[in-house]
Amino acid sequence: MKILVPIKRVADPDNANKVKVSGDGTQVTSEGLEWKMNPFDEWSLEAALRLTEDGAKKTRTGEVVLVTIGPKDAAQTVRTGLSMGAERGILVEANDQELDSNMVAQILKAIVDKEKPDLVVMGKQTVDGDSNVAGTVLAELLGWPLANYAMSLATDDDGKTLTVKRELDTGVSTIKVTGPAVITTSDRILKPESVKNGVTPADFKYPEAEGGRYASLKGIMAAKKKPIDEVTAASLGATPQKTLSYLKFELPAARSGQTTFVESVEELVQKLKSDAKVL
Amino acid sequence: MAKTLVVAELLEGAVRKTSLSGITMAREVGGDFDILLVGEGAGGAAAELTGFGAGKVLTCDIAGGYVCEKHAATVAAVAADYEVVVACASAYGKDLLPRVAAKIGAGVASDISGISNDGGKLVLRRPMYAGNVFGTLTIDTDKKVITGRQTEFEPAAPSGGSSAVSAVAEVSDAAAGRIEFVSLEVVKSERPDLAEADIVVSGGRSLKSAENFTNIIEPLVDTLGAAMGASRAACDAGYVAADLQVGQTGKVVAPKLYVAVGISGAIQHLAGMKGSKCIVAINKDKEAPIAQVADYFLVADLFDAVPALTAEVKKVKAAG
Ligand SMILES: Cc1cc2nc3c(=O)[nH]c(=O)nc-3n(C[C@H](O)[C@H](O)[C@H](O)COP(=O)(O)OP(=O)(O)OC[C@H]3O[C@@H](n4cnc5c(N)ncnc54)[C@H](O)[C@@H]3O)c2cc1C
Ligand SMILES: Nc1ncnc2c1ncn2[C@@H]1O[C@H](COP(=O)(O)O)[C@@H](O)[C@H]1O
Repeated sequence: MKILVPIKRVADPDNANKVKVSGDGTQVTSEGLEWKMNPFDEWSLEAALRLTEDGAKKTRTGEVVLVTIGPKDAAQTVRTGLSMGAERGILVEANDQELDSNMVAQILKAIVDKEKPDLVVMGKQTVDGDSNVAGTVLAELLGWPLANYAMSLATDDDGKTLTVKRELDTGVSTIKVTGPAVITTSDRILKPESVKNGVTPADFKYPEAEGGRYASLKGIMAAKKKPIDEVTAASLGATPQKTLSYLKFELPAARSGQTTFVESVEELVQKLKSDAKVL
Repeated sequence: MAKTLVVAELLEGAVRKTSLSGITMAREVGGDFDILLVGEGAGGAAAELTGFGAGKVLTCDIAGGYVCEKHAATVAAVAADYEVVVACASAYGKDLLPRVAAKIGAGVASDISGISNDGGKLVLRRPMYAGNVFGTLTIDTDKKVITGRQTEFEPAAPSGGSSAVSAVAEVSDAAAGRIEFVSLEVVKSERPDLAEADIVVSGGRSLKSAENFTNIIEPLVDTLGAAMGASRAACDAGYVAADLQVGQTGKVVAPKLYVAVGISGAIQHLAGMKGSKCIVAINKDKEAPIAQVADYFLVADLFDAVPALTAEVKKVKAAG
């Protein structure tokens, strides 16, 4: 099975409250913050790796191709994914400040047309733009079915048909999808038994984790030799159209008022009743 | 022809309340609007939407459970006649509308928190970076597709009158041939819905078990008539169902009172609740980042403090 995993680098999400806005309000600046792989993409990469390996024997059985659209430096993020186990990478050179999810989907379509993967497994959203759009638009551009918000994936025929549980705001929906398809993943895809591929023994459990797997030393060494192709949208024959224009960015207004530390539940209840008037 | 199309949402044959946020969005866009309701039982449920001032309520009964591929082509065929298409940014809206947008060649702005009509030009506002930045934007395409946050667009009140209801034809989509709906397990609760509740009490990893949620958190939740929420860590650990997760990946809530019990206040959790009017933290670590947003902070062990708080609230309520 061949899986395409689109990944984006984002300013360290755990320091998202440290991003700033330029004086004229036209740009978000994340100077001083580290670049990290978008966590949702790290999770979808983990899912893709689980689909293409024997988890018990730790051997690869399929191919995972990473693609990022961004500046040359974004190759670092691809390298991180390669050290986790992906086979190769593609860097589509672009200024990521000028991209919107629609453009991302159009560029990814050109990559899919060229690479012809069985599945595209991607994050449901980037944690900088928080859009949650690219996966759905990509599926439509390809005319493929979409399994959004997958919390578990099961296939025993190399990804031709998958049973997917989707995590929704109303509960859990189960669907069956026939590839090629686009899949976006939710938090729960990291659960020990969330991915079944017919190769990894059915009773195998991955360790409990809050993120994707760590790269092993061997993985890091191997990644140095793995190829990252550099291409441009134009060389792929894509002319992505921008659909959104950001006029300005602002930091949210600070919450008014200070934190009042209370000593007892009695004091808390009295304050909620008399001062905050919420009881 | 109306200008805006509201894509309403069905759940088990009834109109979901998220639809009323969609109507509010249409009112903020300004001008006339119609409503479209698609899915199994749409025709039967349409009457629930006729009192909101829509030019008409369009329906399309599509049998079987929802998958995006079965609704998108029909919605796109109707949407082709409108300038603006809006829906609540629920899982349904976020799953469906980008596909509709791609079909009609429109740009899509998701999870909008504000709409202003600047002399006919729609200017939108949306949270980014887990709510740490707000962007102001316009959609460049002639047709515009927008999903909006339920917490930012209050459910519309009926405005009287009675919109005409008519059915539209189902349009098929080749992609639907490769996806099959199997089941939907809807989480049922007697408690108020998280996204709509006036009070939310959420518990974190520190609760340590599902039993403790039942024995410690639930009595406080019910005494306050609140909705129950949780951090990702608590959902991941299986203490409560995943649909109770509050945060960047989970639900966004903005109640009058939010009580965070044993929740550290990671950025991703704050993204889902910092719009609450009054925030109370109960945590044994007074340095926990939740302090950045808390109005009241009780430094205490939750296993003592929460039962005591439940008792105190009961006492105060009984006294009137
Ligand atoms: C992309 C991404 C998306 C995410 N989305 C979400 C999301 O939607 N929602 C979400 O919640 N998280 C989300 N997270 C996870 C988030 O980063 C945190 O890991 C999570 O919120 C932590 O949960 P917690 O506060 O329950 O646990 P911890 O961070 O472990 O905090 C436990 C707290 O309980 C306190 N405590 C312990 N024992 C007691 C006691 N006996 N009495 C009182 N206090 C006690 C501790 O002092 C501590 O502050 C996301 C993460 C990523 C990377
Ligand atoms: N610049 C990018 N390069 C590669 N993939 C991207 C990029 N931007 C977005 N994506 C993918 O699209 C998903 C959804 O992004 P969005 O709709 O923009 O929130 C992300 O989780 C990634 O998998």
